[in-house]
Amino acid sequence: MQVIRSSSVYDVVVVGSGAGGGTMVQVLTKMGINVALLEAGPMLNPARDFKEHMWPYQVPHRGAGEDGSFYLGKNPYFFGYFSASFGGWELEGEPYTVAPGNSFRWFRSRILGGRTNHYGRFSFRFSDYDFKPYSRDGLGTDWPITYDEIAPYYDKAETFIGITGTREGIRSAPDGIFQTPPPPRVYETLVQRASKKLNIPCIPNRMAVITRNTNGRPACHYCGQCGRGCVTASNYSSSQVQILPAMKTGRVKVISNAMARELITDGSGKVTAVSYIDKTTREENRIRCRSVVVAGGACETARLLLNSKSPRTPEGLANSSGVVGRYLTDTVGYAMSAQVPALRGVPRYDDDGMGGMHVYMPWWMWDRQKEAGIPRGYHIEIGGGFHMPNVGSFHGSCAKFEGYGKQLKESIRDEYGSIVHLSGRGEMIPNAQSFCEIDPNVVDRWGIPVLRFHFKWSEHELKMVDHMEQTFAAILEGMGGSPRRSPRPPEDKISVPGMIIHELGTVRMGDDPKTSALNKYCQAHDVKNLFVADAAPFVGNPDKNPTLTICAMAWRTAEYLAEEMRKGNV
Amino acid sequence: MSEFSRRDLLRNIGLSVTLGLTLDAQEAGHVHQMAAAEKQTAGGVYKPKVFNAHEWATLRRLCDLIIPADEHSKGALDAGAPEFIDLLASHNDEISALYTGGLAWLDAAMRKRNDATFVEAKPEQQTALLDLIAYRKNASPDLSAGIKFFEWARKMTADAYYTSKIGIEDLGYMGNKAVAKFEVPAEALEYALKRSGL
Repeated sequence: MQVIRSSSVYDVVVVGSGAGGGTMVQVLTKMGINVALLEAGPMLNPARDFKEHMWPYQVPHRGAGEDGSFYLGKNPYFFGYFSASFGGWELEGEPYTVAPGNSFRWFRSRILGGRTNHYGRFSFRFSDYDFKPYSRDGLGTDWPITYDEIAPYYDKAETFIGITGTREGIRSAPDGIFQTPPPPRVYETLVQRASKKLNIPCIPNRMAVITRNTNGRPACHYCGQCGRGCVTASNYSSSQVQILPAMKTGRVKVISNAMARELITDGSGKVTAVSYIDKTTREENRIRCRSVVVAGGACETARLLLNSKSPRTPEGLANSSGVVGRYLTDTVGYAMSAQVPALRGVPRYDDDGMGGMHVYMPWWMWDRQKEAGIPRGYHIEIGGGFHMPNVGSFHGSCAKFEGYGKQLKESIRDEYGSIVHLSGRGEMIPNAQSFCEIDPNVVDRWGIPVLRFHFKWSEHELKMVDHMEQTFAAILEGMGGSPRRSPRPPEDKISVPGMIIHELGTVRMGDDPKTSALNKYCQAHDVKNLFVADAAPFVGNPDKNPTLTICAMAWRTAEYLAEEMRKGNV
Repeated sequence: MSEFSRRDLLRNIGLSVTLGLTLDAQEAGHVHQMAAAEKQTAGGVYKPKVFNAHEWATLRRLCDLIIPADEHSKGALDAGAPEFIDLLASHNDEISALYTGGLAWLDAAMRKRNDATFVEAKPEQQTALLDLIAYRKNASPDLSAGIKFFEWARKMTADAYYTSKIGIEDLGYMGNKAVAKFEVPAEALEYALKRSGL
């Protein structure tokens, strides 16, 4: 096959357009650096692609999919037909494998902006102690940076993106630069009151949604549909907030439908080009660069490095330590729901609000871990209210009430809006049994070797699920609900690995090149002009959703890279 | 349905103008989709894609029994539930087989009891059969297939109903609007707090 080589050399080629790639593009172009951005999916046109404000009856299949696959367990729309996820657990022609006896699911979005178009937008700073877990309790590994080093970049990211919140002075949930949050919904006030009785703080959510006009973006209009993509860009997505505006500078060339295959190095070991498949022609192209930033998402990033083999680097690029692919983590997930009688028949109002909870419970036992009986913490997310009805919204009610006729109608109407959901999101400690590697037997439709996953929860995560169950039951009972505690063991109740979609840690940073792939600026120890800007460098996976930290870390790496380029070091 | 939607679109478009947004392409897409849906029912008579005339009459009666019109709101027939099921069945052989088989089961079960097909049977005979198959506790070699089918029919009828304009009004969902400020009415909060004792 003929390889098409570009004649121009870009200052930086960024692989991947999610939170890390988007922040890179934003910061580098602002500093006058010429960037090429490779995205494995198509370009995004929000006005055409987002389904915000659509009623289910505006499509004849009501959101069940043209072929009704929603009903047969083959639903291609995990987050619903109207979601802006542009991907899923399985992508046609792009498989991954799971080692026997293991389970792992990998959600990929192929579109400009990646998963930031639809993600939850909860934006929590990591705490000071999250960066030094080993020093704290002897488990996991310390990061090569401190909270104080990253804090200025949290400030920058929060100021630019716009995050709601209030200053609370809680150590597990450091305060940031916040915009005014909307008030709690009715059921959220009940949760707050019930939590207070248990001495669990329940504070305004930190959400990447703007409540005042910011950088030319209009304030939120409270339609509750962040997950469908926001046509007014009132929430954060790397596509709308960073990349599309950066394209107006003329300093970024976006190459869509470009699946990175391999990083090409010269005799000195530096990256000189990125080889990618043009998905529209299936031709291999090479784009030349002075530096490369890999930000494909932790697993895709590890895959690209492991597939970049040369005689000098038989174990893959930037992998003399052998840690690339290791220490894969996901967030611990567990959920419980209950119908709350006090909410039955509550006067109707428009409670859409932001597309997610308005209040949440940060981890409250950070100074009493022994008492909690678990080494690490979790936060609690809240769901409920009068959501827009969708296919499936009342399957639970149908199964519960059974029957038919007027009585069924009345039961559903009466129950609507009275169910409260609590979800735990907890820290997983990296372990040696959880990693990804290249499957030597399988390639994708572009001929690129695919990942094989290994994953095991440890006793720490399983114990956490028991703690969540006790706590959630106490809160829901405090609201007058009667949640069902399950007799099943925690192994059956904990989320399936990968399903919280917080996979990270696969190209860890550290001070020692023998035990880490990247230095404290996310620059490869082995390859000076190779940087990583997604969650792959993370040394731990605290109970704080990773996107805000991805943005802050990428911002810091971008400034470092620009400075190193200016000095002529890369 | 279409009249309401148009009004709603106009409202949204008006809103987009005030916010200075560009919703036009998206909203135009919605208009096209609705126009297509209207054509399908032109003249007021829907031609089923999958079901024969007898099956169609049976399905309509079943949907009507599951979610009937009452003094509070219209029912599943007005909300287009049979059409929704027919559409999905026309694209999916599994769903199609589920319904042709299930509707035939209803006829066979009714014949055994009352020597009539399901639609021919008297209303009280129809509800007597549903009173058996609408509950899991009645599972038996005779009834289990019917119970399973009824679960499908009930949840798909409910989906069609509650995703329609009629069903959304029945529930009282008031959102999917752009508002300048998010507010919680005091009466709603007081109602819940009082009842919760919190």
